Amino acid sequence: MNDLFIIAPFTIGLIILLGILIGKYVVWTIQLSQIDKLRILHGFFTVRTFRAIREIFWESLLHRNIWKTNPLLGYMHMSFALGWLLLIIVGHIEAYVQASSLSVPPWIPIFFRYFEHEHFYGARFFAHTMDVLLLYILSGVVLAYGKRINSKLFGIKRTTKLKPKDRISLIALWSIFPLRLFAESATAVLHGNGGFLTSGIVFRYLQVTPNIEYTLWVLYSCSLAIFFITLPFTRYMHIPTEVFYIFLKEYGIKLKKQFNSYSKIQVYSCSRCGICIDACQMHHAQISNNQSVYILKNIRDENLTDRKLYNCLLCGRCEDACPVNINLNDLRISQRIKSSKEYNSSYDFLEYSITEKADVVYFAGCMTHLTPGIKKSILTVLDTAGVNYLFLDKDKGACCGRPLMQAGQIEAAKKLIAYNRQQILESGAHTLLVSCPICYKVFRDDYELGQINIRHHSEYFLELLHNQKITIRNTQKSIVYHDPCELGRGCKVYEQPRELLQSIGTLKKVKHEKVESLCCSGSLGDLSLSMVERNKIKEQTLEVLLKPNPDILATSCPLCKKTFVKGVDIQVKDIAELVAENIQSN
Amino acid sequence: MMKQFGYNSLKSRTIDYKNINTTLISYIIKNEPSFSSCISCGSCTATCSAANLTFFNIRRLNIQIRLGEFENIRQEIDKCMLCGKCLLVCPRGINTRNVIMLIKKGLVTFNLVE
Repeated sequence: MNDLFIIAPFTIGLIILLGILIGKYVVWTIQLSQIDKLRILHGFFTVRTFRAIREIFWESLLHRNIWKTNPLLGYMHMSFALGWLLLIIVGHIEAYVQASSLSVPPWIPIFFRYFEHEHFYGARFFAHTMDVLLLYILSGVVLAYGKRINSKLFGIKRTTKLKPKDRISLIALWSIFPLRLFAESATAVLHGNGGFLTSGIVFRYLQVTPNIEYTLWVLYSCSLAIFFITLPFTRYMHIPTEVFYIFLKEYGIKLKKQFNSYSKIQVYSCSRCGICIDACQMHHAQISNNQSVYILKNIRDENLTDRKLYNCLLCGRCEDACPVNINLNDLRISQRIKSSKEYNSSYDFLEYSITEKADVVYFAGCMTHLTPGIKKSILTVLDTAGVNYLFLDKDKGACCGRPLMQAGQIEAAKKLIAYNRQQILESGAHTLLVSCPICYKVFRDDYELGQINIRHHSEYFLELLHNQKITIRNTQKSIVYHDPCELGRGCKVYEQPRELLQSIGTLKKVKHEKVESLCCSGSLGDLSLSMVERNKIKEQTLEVLLKPNPDILATSCPLCKKTFVKGVDIQVKDIAELVAENIQSN
Repeated sequence: MMKQFGYNSLKSRTIDYKNINTTLISYIIKNEPSFSSCISCGSCTATCSAANLTFFNIRRLNIQIRLGEFENIRQEIDKCMLCGKCLLVCPRGINTRNVIMLIKKGLVTFNLVE
């Protein structure tokens, strides 16, 4: 029989795959900025490369992050990745041992049993080992079938929808290993070279002719070829791209505001595991088309609509859950920048005025001005502690620029940033005090304030407490603390507000805390969500927060407070108000 | 004739309801239906950060857009800083920030100004 029909599909598929992959990666690397290219060059011969390899081992092979979220899903991914790699490695060793040489045609290890029937030293051992590995992968394949039929079995509430090309690739991938099992079993019946799995089970009651054997091997080769050729055009592109991404990430390349080739690499690294869908709170409002996995898919297919793009709270829960560590929020913002670049504002009405000198500059921000209780409390605490401060936006203040950033209006945001930045720097202050996490985030990320310490009021008040500038009375009341998204996941401030609250009352734990905390639904990141939908999400969040029956629901964001206050009977207080109420004058 | 004697003729202020340019308002309401429930109470304008610094007035913009008068609208809408205070005070729960973005986008998309 003609061996060509077995060798050719596999070889052609592999060559096409490698050609496309190398082409794409070379183009993407060339498109990186000059500094990023230098980062790769400088990082290459350092410990960073080893760190990347270690991460690839943990994430791309063992899928540790998926294990943490969902062990069954982790097992499935691991069986495919690790099992297949080991099958290739052991297969090659087997071929080298059999030939007693390293020069073996590349297709021999892939179709080893078909080509080599003669007994060699260690043949039994290899046959059994290869069968163990095949069985391991097959167990993953069975789970994959199960997941498609009923994703709930996996504890996944929702899973991604497939496109026709994905389906072809998926069927090819699913049939590779069963076909290999059948082909090897057929050969084992004819030549007696199988292991414990392949030597009997499948063809015990069936007549095998060389024709059947040949056909099965050809089918096996074809399924490999189809998978290889469709890989770069389907979600399986994530397999090689994730490896590439981990290297670039380790070399210190960061996502830019504008969508560039590194953003593209991140987009293609998404495996569409669907973990972000479960993390997203939008399903409480029956919205199931705007989750990060779909957005990334739309970016690939270039059919992203504004409605989907702007319908996201930017709470960052998906980013935290993502096993590949894709910067989902910033990727979405980069798309918003692209979509809205034609209509930015200039804000030429802003007039530069002379700023007074002070030690501390207090920037309240729009949201604090909307909640005068918080503003008053901050000023009370500052006065009690005797801080020499300047209230920067007391009468006429511009917005901090974060809402514009979130909406993708980056050029407009830069105008506000330049305006506020100049005033802050001119004051000569050593500390900038902010009472809104939305402002806090943009001050930290985009203002480039140099030596000035930027403090959220929860951090600043705790410092005052530690320095004995203020003393706080303990009320013994029970408090639940809600982490604002921009302060928690956005700026990683979790402990300071909690420590401060512990001096005021008894802090109670809730189900989703700190990095897993839920969004209040008031976020300015979303431009499409209606009030009705926002309320549905808010109710779910409140249900979690009010479970321990606290006396006070505390938060440290005026927007969160404003959102919650309309929905509960108990007291909703900002941390500043709690401090101001219980402050004792020295 | 009268101009020669130093008089000006005033531009007509008549609103012709039959010939109102509804391009922008239909576009906004199609994409943000909540805008049609506006009662022109002016809460948004009262709380507005931009109105604190300029004469920016969302309520007036709303009326102008409904009447299809796009003069100065581009310069006016550019004053909004998207801070979202109007969103929180609106008694009708109108997604004002989306309205602003839609106005900005609509003006460019339909080539309504300059």
